[in-house]
Amino acid sequence: MGNSSIALKFVCLFLLMILLFWADVGLGSTNIALREILAELVNKNSTAGEIIWNFRLPKAATCLLAGAALAAGGLLMQTLFRNALAGPDVLGLSSGASLMVAFVLMLGQTSVGFLAAVSSNPWSQVIAASLGGVLVFVLIIAIARFVRDNTSLLIIGLMISAGTSSLVAMLQFVSRAEDLQSFIIWSMGSVGSTNWQEVKILALVVLIGIGIAVSQVKSLNALLLGESYARSLGINLSSSRLWIVVSTSLLAGSVTAFCGPIAFVGLAVPHLVRLAFPTANHKILLPLAAMGGSSMLLLCDLLAHLPNRTQVLPINVITSLIGAPLVIWMIIRNKKVSV
Amino acid sequence: MISAQQLSVGFRARRKEHLLFDNLDLHLTPGELVCFMGSNGVGKSTLLKTLAGLLPPLAGKVNAHNKDVALVLTDKITATNMTVYDLVSFGQYPYLDWRISLSPSNIEVIEDALRQVHLESLRNRKLSELSDGQLQLVMIAKALAQQTPVILLDEPTAHLDLNNRVEVMNLLRSLSRKMGKSILVATHELDLALQTADLIWLATGDKKIKTGIPEDLVLEGAFDEVFQFKGFDLKTGKVDHEAHRKKEVQLLGTNYSFLWTKNALERSGYDVVEEAEIQIKVFGGSKIVWKVNESQFESLATLLAALSRQ
Repeated sequence: MGNSSIALKFVCLFLLMILLFWADVGLGSTNIALREILAELVNKNSTAGEIIWNFRLPKAATCLLAGAALAAGGLLMQTLFRNALAGPDVLGLSSGASLMVAFVLMLGQTSVGFLAAVSSNPWSQVIAASLGGVLVFVLIIAIARFVRDNTSLLIIGLMISAGTSSLVAMLQFVSRAEDLQSFIIWSMGSVGSTNWQEVKILALVVLIGIGIAVSQVKSLNALLLGESYARSLGINLSSSRLWIVVSTSLLAGSVTAFCGPIAFVGLAVPHLVRLAFPTANHKILLPLAAMGGSSMLLLCDLLAHLPNRTQVLPINVITSLIGAPLVIWMIIRNKKVSV
Repeated sequence: MISAQQLSVGFRARRKEHLLFDNLDLHLTPGELVCFMGSNGVGKSTLLKTLAGLLPPLAGKVNAHNKDVALVLTDKITATNMTVYDLVSFGQYPYLDWRISLSPSNIEVIEDALRQVHLESLRNRKLSELSDGQLQLVMIAKALAQQTPVILLDEPTAHLDLNNRVEVMNLLRSLSRKMGKSILVATHELDLALQTADLIWLATGDKKIKTGIPEDLVLEGAFDEVFQFKGFDLKTGKVDHEAHRKKEVQLLGTNYSFLWTKNALERSGYDVVEEAEIQIKVFGGSKIVWKVNESQFESLATLLAALSRQ
């Protein structure tokens, strides 16, 4: 089969990702040429070097990691549930994270003294989001042991999302205007606020998550045939389902903790990858989705910077604005989308 | 091989047991094609999945290792981009580790499975581009690539036209003979099963399975009890016709031309008897003609038209 054409496209996507990474580092309110970037990497003391080291590089690295994590997580969920509408957030993790962040931001800062102390900590949002994600994750795993089929798990995930969202809405209703605003800004996602320490943690968690996903490529392929066939091919369904959920939780949870709930990348990129690359093999799909996700988020971040302005649009505004027409166009061209 | 003792099959829902089959003793012999028949909803799929180890038995025991059984189910496969070759290669998954890299010997098995079902030329075709019949052959190739002594198939001929149904059943029979596999086909297509199966498992209404060769079961009338035929006589293989014209005709002739003429007459409401006033002669050969008294007819349609005017 068209292995060589897939290999060629694979290389092209990799080069595209590198190009976008370089552009993301180089372009912004101050444009820096490639030669300059390389020179400044060793010379950290100049202004340009400072911009690169303290702002542009961690931001680009965050895009790279978060995009890869979300797209890989989306691919895992779409395959596990054999559902084209699944994304990394179907398990309800980002809703759980939102709920906790909403607690800290909207109740803490102004009304409750104890929480005010917590929320003045620069890590408070990250910790709250992680905590919320972990709580939902534990809930999902506990439920997963009792439900037999994946569809029920999917519906339970959606119900958890709905439940937490209504709690968030309740908090929004009672909170003060300025707290509400900071929560809404958080919920629009951001890739520009991470420092190197956070990038390191994000990188570690994302690598573990992707490592687990890679260990499950055989199960993922078999799951494309449905649960009965997968089991008859010797796949241990409950253990692979557990690992796929753990991997997605690490990937989606860590991104939500550091960048807020970034929408659309996890849903759209796996579809774009499947439409552009004629393969059903997760050994190829997984790295493709990761690279595609990185490229997508880097592109969105580039577009989020308004030309000649220091202002930056929230990342969620861009991801959906770019992603939706792209997916619609590819579906119209290919007539059909499924998992 | 595969066998089961004192096997009870069913499912549990809301802490209630739904028993479908009770206390079965079953076994499959190498080289035999067995058709498992029964009316819809009797639990054919459930028994198949229990034999394959996908469902736990309610009681009793299935003696088979998971790796001994390959399955062809009715589950629809919708995976985007999946090719014929991809699907057949899944058959080798039980022999691969998590890296799923195919060695030359794995590839040889996959190629051989494709050859057995004559689909080598379609190897790079996407599943969405196949006909239902081709898709079923690919599923059989996947089962062959699993290299199991036993293959269980659930309604493999559903949704296929007659030609494809015959192809699938003939293929399964030749595979069982040639490769010494035990093949169990759950089906409710009586005509095909009777003509291809070495053995029939017939799910009777009392949660039991009656086994026997097709002809014995037909003569015993076992099928009539299960299927409650409405106007179909299994022993003659014909649909009952009412001789509504109350007219007797006598038919002379031989071979298939005689049989099809008789069919046409009975379907049109004539009673074909040993001796009658109206005598129809069939002359076979390269061009078949019919004679009634002195008039000659070139087709059955003109013959029937003339008879109805009398």
